[in-house]
Amino acid sequence: MNKGFGPVWVIAEQAGCEVEIVSLQLLGKARELADELGVACEAILLGRSLEESARKLTEAGADRVFLADDPALEFYQPEIYRDIICSLAHEHGPEIILAGSTFMGRELAPLVAARLATGLAAHCTGLRHDRNKNLEQLVPAYGGLLSIVCPEKRPQMATVARGVFKTPEPDSSRKGEIVLIPVPATAEARVRTLEVVRGSSSSIELEDAQVIIAGGAGACSPEGWETIRELARTMDAALGCTRPVVDEGWAFLDAMIGQSGKMVNPAVYLAIGISGEQQHMAGITGAKLMIAINNDPASPVFQQVDLGVVENFQEFVPLLIAKIKAYRQKSCLQP
Amino acid sequence: MKIVVCVKAVPHPSEICKIRIDPATKTLMRCDVPLAVNLLDRHALEAALELKETSGAFVSVISMGPPPAESIVKECMALGADRGILLSDRAFGGADAFATAFTLSKGIEKTGSFDLVVCGMASSDGATEWVGPQIASFLDIPVVTMVRKIENRQSNEWLVISDWQNGYRRVQIRLPALLTVTRELNRPRALSFSGIVKARKKVIEHWDLDALGIPEELVGAKGSPTIVSEMTTVEKRRNVEILQGNAEEKADKLVTRLGEAGII
Repeated sequence: MNKGFGPVWVIAEQAGCEVEIVSLQLLGKARELADELGVACEAILLGRSLEESARKLTEAGADRVFLADDPALEFYQPEIYRDIICSLAHEHGPEIILAGSTFMGRELAPLVAARLATGLAAHCTGLRHDRNKNLEQLVPAYGGLLSIVCPEKRPQMATVARGVFKTPEPDSSRKGEIVLIPVPATAEARVRTLEVVRGSSSSIELEDAQVIIAGGAGACSPEGWETIRELARTMDAALGCTRPVVDEGWAFLDAMIGQSGKMVNPAVYLAIGISGEQQHMAGITGAKLMIAINNDPASPVFQQVDLGVVENFQEFVPLLIAKIKAYRQKSCLQP
Repeated sequence: MKIVVCVKAVPHPSEICKIRIDPATKTLMRCDVPLAVNLLDRHALEAALELKETSGAFVSVISMGPPPAESIVKECMALGADRGILLSDRAFGGADAFATAFTLSKGIEKTGSFDLVVCGMASSDGATEWVGPQIASFLDIPVVTMVRKIENRQSNEWLVISDWQNGYRRVQIRLPALLTVTRELNRPRALSFSGIVKARKKVIEHWDLDALGIPEELVGAKGSPTIVSEMTTVEKRRNVEILQGNAEEKADKLVTRLGEAGII
């Protein structure tokens, strides 16, 4: 082990009784970064009934998993979660702490960073070491990519959305150490999560979707949005959108694709009324076939897709829906 | 009840695409893009103004930014805020989320005692979401981020609903506290003519580094743990094939391609 660097950490998370996929993806990356520094790759997991998840973290690359397993931690509790992580950090001096851009990560990571008086890069799309072995944290902005580094302070912290890194193949032969962390008795918390309610989402999750239809600012009208919804229904596709659509109230934040929203990897991505703004396009770099429908032939979106249709979508999409239905009928009739 | 709302002047959403990285110099080309109140901060202000109307509250608005940001503080006064403060100093420039939150927390402390701090959950230009929770850290008060509903207010114990994966989180929080809010919380009011007239008489207070009484090393670029070490332009161009023909023919071609991709 290299004495100069501290370990690479992942703040892992359990949703219900399953470890979050982004936690495994981060461990895959953390393993690489740790190997480059010659240090240990470690995870912290707080919650209740965590054994199974701890094993998965080990199989994904963790040399050691710190577990705080307690009924009081069943739901994310901001102050106690922060205190446990910060006191572990003081004790072990990690070089890097990664967290998922989940709802927990997006609140907990800035609290931990402020307490440790260190930097935190938001929603990174790439992580690598630079010449000086500083962590170069890539964040898309203004039509390009910013490299963010935290040269003076440690740990270096970053959040990353699900889908940025690949889920590592589990290696069941890997052995890791499990360290049980006593849960400190705390004074009455000033903020307490009473319950977390997860709807059984009936629609397809964007991150898992094979086909995604996404609407942009050009689709922000009652008829426009209904047309897009109809196409998504016809194609059994998940429905996504850009930030203006959320801002205008046509969709919830859950549906937002992009650097500060969801990162998606569909087989087919179909953009409707989308101008190709960087924030959004950064979320779809993994798509195989990208298609855009836009009435402006000069729209920047046409430089970023494989297939372009220059048409008014309000007229074109109903036609497309009819053609898809006809195509299906035809292929059903074939022997 | 005393409420402080944090607002940010951001490039006007319709103009933000004009800000680009210069491929030659690797710096930002900032043209004269007009400023606007960050949209989510309008929801934060609306929450404060509704509390003022239902329960009585004194609403202060605070912003950190260059002198032209005064106009957005003024706009918040016209919407109904009682006090407007702009933290402005050359030394504050180049701040990351950490240094911004620290500076704003010092400004909030200087306003006097408070019960509630409200922020938008993110800004449209930076989009880190860190400033709200980090202000709370520096003020040592509890925080709930991404609040979509204030469910119950029993003196200083509040019950709020915040966003969560495919659902929500119900949280109890004791005031003084900080909330960051989402757009689902409310519908921000529009500017009224009488509000604009009234705001003309109100004075925006300008506080600089000396007024806050904090060392220069803790603010701006010097107080920021993170730096932008490099900017690169990305060439994400794909070889686009524009489908030709009339609408009918284009639809046929597209369906064929979707069929080939095996997804319909």
